[in-house]
Amino acid sequence: MSSNEEGATRRDFLYIATGAAAAVAAGGVVWPLVAQMAPNDREKAAGAPQEIDVSSIEPGMVVTVVWRGKPYFIRHLTEEEVAAAADASQDIFRDFETTDIRLSAAGEGDDTGKSWAVMAANCTHLGCVPSKVEPDGDNLLDGWVCPCHGSKFDVTGRVTKGPAAINLPLPPYRFASAESLVIGEA
Amino acid sequence: MTTITARVLSPIRVLTAGLLVAMGVSLATPANAASGYPINKPREVDWSFSGPFGTYDKAQLQRGLKIYTEVCAACHSMNLLFYRNLADLGYTDEQIKNYAAEYEVTDGPNDDGEMFERPARATDRFKGPYLNVKEAAYANNGALPPDFSLLAKARAPERGFPTFIFDIFTMYAENGADYIYSLLVGYQEPPEGVEVSEGLHYNPYFVAGSALAMAQPLYEESVEYDDGTVASLDQQAKDISAFMMWAADPNLPQRKQRGFIVVLFLLGFAGLLYATKKKVWANVPH
Amino acid sequence: MSGHSTYKPGPGIGKWMDDRLPLARLMHDSFVSYPVPRNLNNFYTFGGILMIMLVSQIITGIVIAMHYVPDANLAFNSVQDLRRDVAYGNTLQSWHTVGASFFFVAVYIHIFRGLYYGSYKAPREVLWILGVVIYLLMMATAFMGYVLPWGQMSYWGAQVITSFFSAIPLVGETVREFLLGGYAVGNATLNRFFSLHYLLPFMIAGIVILHVWTLHVTGQTNPTGVEVKSKQDVIPFTPYATVKDALALVIFLAIMSYFVFFLPDYLGHADNYIPANPLVTPAHIVPEWYFLPFYAVLRAVDFNIGIPFTEIVLIDSKLGGVLAMFGAIAILFFVPWLDTSDVRSTNYRPLYKIFFWLFAINAVFLGYLGSRPAEGIWIPLTKASTFWYFAHFLVVMPALGLFEKPLPRPASIMDAVMAKADGAGASAPSAATSEPNTKG
Repeated sequence: MSSNEEGATRRDFLYIATGAAAAVAAGGVVWPLVAQMAPNDREKAAGAPQEIDVSSIEPGMVVTVVWRGKPYFIRHLTEEEVAAAADASQDIFRDFETTDIRLSAAGEGDDTGKSWAVMAANCTHLGCVPSKVEPDGDNLLDGWVCPCHGSKFDVTGRVTKGPAAINLPLPPYRFASAESLVIGEA
Repeated sequence: MTTITARVLSPIRVLTAGLLVAMGVSLATPANAASGYPINKPREVDWSFSGPFGTYDKAQLQRGLKIYTEVCAACHSMNLLFYRNLADLGYTDEQIKNYAAEYEVTDGPNDDGEMFERPARATDRFKGPYLNVKEAAYANNGALPPDFSLLAKARAPERGFPTFIFDIFTMYAENGADYIYSLLVGYQEPPEGVEVSEGLHYNPYFVAGSALAMAQPLYEESVEYDDGTVASLDQQAKDISAFMMWAADPNLPQRKQRGFIVVLFLLGFAGLLYATKKKVWANVPH
Repeated sequence: MSGHSTYKPGPGIGKWMDDRLPLARLMHDSFVSYPVPRNLNNFYTFGGILMIMLVSQIITGIVIAMHYVPDANLAFNSVQDLRRDVAYGNTLQSWHTVGASFFFVAVYIHIFRGLYYGSYKAPREVLWILGVVIYLLMMATAFMGYVLPWGQMSYWGAQVITSFFSAIPLVGETVREFLLGGYAVGNATLNRFFSLHYLLPFMIAGIVILHVWTLHVTGQTNPTGVEVKSKQDVIPFTPYATVKDALALVIFLAIMSYFVFFLPDYLGHADNYIPANPLVTPAHIVPEWYFLPFYAVLRAVDFNIGIPFTEIVLIDSKLGGVLAMFGAIAILFFVPWLDTSDVRSTNYRPLYKIFFWLFAINAVFLGYLGSRPAEGIWIPLTKASTFWYFAHFLVVMPALGLFEKPLPRPASIMDAVMAKADGAGASAPSAATSEPNTKG
């Protein structure tokens, strides 16, 4: 009887080991099939930090650049716009952040970054590209309005009207010099 | 049980042998079987990347890159590679950036609608010496210098029967590198009575004739190595061949590592299944 | 088999589902309780291996199609970018191309097994014919897949194969232009081949279902060629055949992996690493190894067929070659009726056994000839080998069945098994029998 039981144990072990190996094999098959879906090396390399010459962007101008296949706004704010954004009441924002955070790209020990708003150009609601709101008299605060569902953002990309609930995200960026903005690394 | 196994095995052996022959046949078909070229079979070199644990010798690849840059790149493009691929050779991002910046590439159009020149970046493809293949052919008297990206895989002289069957077991897959090496060291005076046409250069290792349009590209000390290696012709030929093998198959070391794990695992799995099968069938006459 | 099922659904959802869509019952009856002859040898595992290979090719194909670009200017580089830049790209791409070769390795073993054990004889003619249809579709799929990387061999392979159709009298050139979508192989050709290469495997899968269905209606053959007579003769598919097929599959995949990871280019052509160039034909073009026998048949006909002593040509050499080549495949459809012997298994046909192996060797040799240049001694050898290929089907098969004296056959599968067991000195009681099974 005991030898029978021993045989049974050994057989169970064999079956379990074989089953486990089959499970490993299945995993080994599935993993590459899933892994290949990730962005490939070319895509990743193209996502490397990118230098943009901003010397020709005058205050009040916006350029849209593409980094990692997605658009980003680079907006050179006028002094009035910076002041309007800094003085605005906290209550009108749905996701308040200070302008210090929004205009954070300090250059090396100077104020170069303080008049530059750099932000993702896809609305945080469902990804449409917001349009620029042209300055209108004393309303210097309104920056963008989304054509899809009417979300509004101030000049620094802070949401003031839904359905978007959060601000336009900031990419990592810094000024390599007064003329050269680097997107992709802080 | 033993007799059963034997009976099952023998036709398997016959069929397997037959299939191996049939499969091998495809390799036995070279570019020029009919005309009997190359005159000499490629000389076989002991490469660091041969065999199941083969991997690239980064120092050798760096030497190869130097030869490519200083000699070959004057005529041969390498379109499929990006400067960023040089990380495989052990270069840092900074070194790659500097290497790429030596080349000017056309980009654009800019906001004014014009194309402009800028230094190449790591994400650019290797810049070729010519604008297009027509210019390349024109500049070389009609003989288009082939692109280097896949050349080490695109040249494979016939192995012949029965060598191509042994190749399965010796894991021989370095035909291309051997060929390039042999060609580079194989330039010589034509033997008595062999006419070589104007503009061609005799080489008994050339795959498609007795002479080719490319003059001998490498001589002793054609380049000066940074790592102090003596730049003999033999050394240079080996280095550039290894470099070209890397260009054609940059994932080779990773592929072989993966293969080792996969084959080993499957054999172990087969062993377990064999034991399971014996258990399951133990009391079933069949 | 048809008739009654032994599936017992679980309570609750199992029963509920079984009353509505008895999928679990179908699976159970097909792959668990399905009775198989107990004496199947390892050659009978290739059906299962082929099914897995089909699935493997479809899955890797779908995945690499996510990276492939069917455009004459981009196709070649897109394959290389896949191999260089995509995670596991080189493995998946090699698995797909080497897998195509191993798919054919398995199908050839499967076909020769069927020929050896007479698996095409009544009542399995439809089973066999469906198999030949699958084989034809496989060839079409493999050919079109080979064109997609758009290398030199891809291009010139497409050029040569589509030229077959221009051999059709009167309308040939028009047919070819419709196939190509242009006056020469080009972007339109590449696009339609990509589309069809994606479609055909699913058609194969559909016919495989019919193939397995007919198999489950007629039951499997076995090395004795004697039909299943009682439940003594059979064992349930699971676990017996399952574990056996799994073992064979894993060994098969281990050998294939050896090629995928260590010799990925062994079965391919170096010239296909040169981008397609319509102006330069590679010096020596041959198809992939699995087409070589038929390529040899094609080249064997280098003469016009006409009325003797006149100038009248009925079939010129081009059409003749194409007809011979398609004939070499089409003849397989008629094998069930060409073989006149009522003995299934070649084991009991001493004379035919010799001819069978002669045929197998000749087929391999024909493949070797297909790889040789069409010159010198190879030309008469190719003709002789081609002649023998057809003679086997048209002369040997019908004639031998009429006068060959077969060896005595066992009364039943179990008799054969017990005789073998006695011979080997083993004494084993029959422990496992399948669930009750009577055909009908």
